[in-house]
Order: sequence, then structure tokens, then C-alpha cells
Amino acid sequence: MRIGVITFPGSLDDVDAARAVRLAGGEPVALWHADHDLKDVDAVVLPGGFSYGDYLRAGAIAARSPLMQDVVTAAHGGMPVLGICNGFQVLCEAGLLPGALTRNSHLHFRNRDQLLRVERADTAWTSDYADGQEILIPVKNGEGRYVAADAGLDRLEGEGRVVFRYVGGNPNGSSRDIAGVTSENGRVVGLMPHPEHAVEDLTGPSTDGLGFFTSVLKAVVAA
Amino acid sequence: MSRVVVDVVLKPEISDPQGQAVLGALGRLGHDSVRSVRQGKHFVLEVDGTPDEAELKQIAETLLANPVIEDVELHLPKD
Repeated sequence: MRIGVITFPGSLDDVDAARAVRLAGGEPVALWHADHDLKDVDAVVLPGGFSYGDYLRAGAIAARSPLMQDVVTAAHGGMPVLGICNGFQVLCEAGLLPGALTRNSHLHFRNRDQLLRVERADTAWTSDYADGQEILIPVKNGEGRYVAADAGLDRLEGEGRVVFRYVGGNPNGSSRDIAGVTSENGRVVGLMPHPEHAVEDLTGPSTDGLGFFTSVLKAVVAA
Repeated sequence: MSRVVVDVVLKPEISDPQGQAVLGALGRLGHDSVRSVRQGKHFVLEVDGTPDEAELKQIAETLLANPVIEDVELHLPKD
């Protein structure tokens, strides 16, 4: 199972994401933002970091890169796509996920281990969790406040597209404690916290993040 | 060559913590008459020939601003 990990100029967590894919039993495939080549991958991860130094808006310039045009086309065809932190910002800027991520309400960069509640265990990236399960994974961002117009938020909640909510304190002022959302078909997921940093006891607060990368292997087989 | 200016600000319903921090600083400096501050971005584009309004509108609305959270104002040169 080939899982692509895109590197943009300024990506930081691409190596950790590839490692998480490997620990879950997948084959990580390095993808470069400037190529028009998805290398026949079955799914794609957009990693965390500061693509283009967060210039203009976080994720805005990366969202217009050559490879992202191919990712958008493939996502519309049902390919699973996961955006983590800066990757989530890129997916919102690319129009694959609704809403936007803006400066944290308290203006501080926040870096801590964070409890999340899984609200949807039937997406391509969350099937190995249970509805309502709480998981502990790191969060680290300065522009992670999820916002959208109230009507848009109501529609998202009505359609069950909130996948994760912050539990035990909201680290960035996100509307309605939203930590992650999904596309209408449940194949594209974005979240601010970092599951790829919680895949081994030695380096993470838990191994709760591994389920993202094992879930998608099943989603690809089922497709 | 013409000069085109694009101003981008957060929509009124999106809270602006940076603007609020500036407002707080103004209060501490004794500028009590300032009621509100909204921080935004100001782009100056130099364009060959006569600016194409439709193209510049597209640039402003699809790259310079994110219409989910921001309003945009395009200022074309006056004849």
C-alpha cells in the first residue's frame, strides 16, 4: 500500500509522517510539491510545518503548487487525503475542506499533549477508532483557530463533518472546539494536532496516533 | 505601468486578536478615543499596460484574500 507524503518548501514533519506510515505497515512514498506526479500512490498525507514561511496566509501558497492540482483531482475521485496542521491549512486553502485556520485567539504558539474526542469513526482515516473514543496526541500551532461563518458551522455539524473536538481545554480558540473536519464523502480529513508524533512510546505521549495510518490501509483495500 | 492597490481585512464576524492586542496597547498609551482596531493586509501591484479589472478582481479574490474569512477591496488607478 503506497502512501504519499508531500514535501513543500518549509515542511517539517514529512519524515515523521513517512515513519508513521511505515510503522503502520504501509509503504511511504516521498512526493515533491513542484512535480505533477503522484507516483501511483493510494493515499496522500500533507504534513505539518511552515510551507513558504506562512507568507500571505498559512498554507495559501502551497495550496496553489503544481502537485496540489493533482491532489485535488484525485481527492474528487475518492483518494484518501490527510492534512496535519499546516497540511490541514493547505487543504482548507485548496478548497478540499471547509473553513479556515487563523491566528490563535490568545496570540501565543501553543505546544502540548492534547486530548481529542473522535466524533466520526467511519472516515478513511479514523475507522480504527471508536465513536466517542478519547485520544492523546501533541498539538503545536500558532495559527490553529478553526473558523467559519456560523451558518457554515451549523451545516457542518448537521452533516456530521466534525471528526475531532478538543477535550480538556481548547488550545487555540477554535470555534465549537473543532480540531478536525472531513469532506462530504469522508475520504479527506484535516486536523491541527499531530497523530504522526504519537506512534511510539519512546517519543510520543501515547501511540494513539497510529490508528490514522492503519485505518487508511483498510480504506484503500475497501475502495 | 499602472499601480493597483488591494486591501484585505478579516470579515466583521471573524474575531481579530491582533487588532485587539493593538487596541489594548493604545489604551495603555492613553489613546482612549480609539474604539476598535482591525488589522489587515495592503498589497501594491505594478501592472503592465492598462489594468484588466476582471483579472485583478480574480487575483484579489482567489489568491490575495481568502473569501471564507476575508473581505477584499480593489483600488484601480483613476483616469
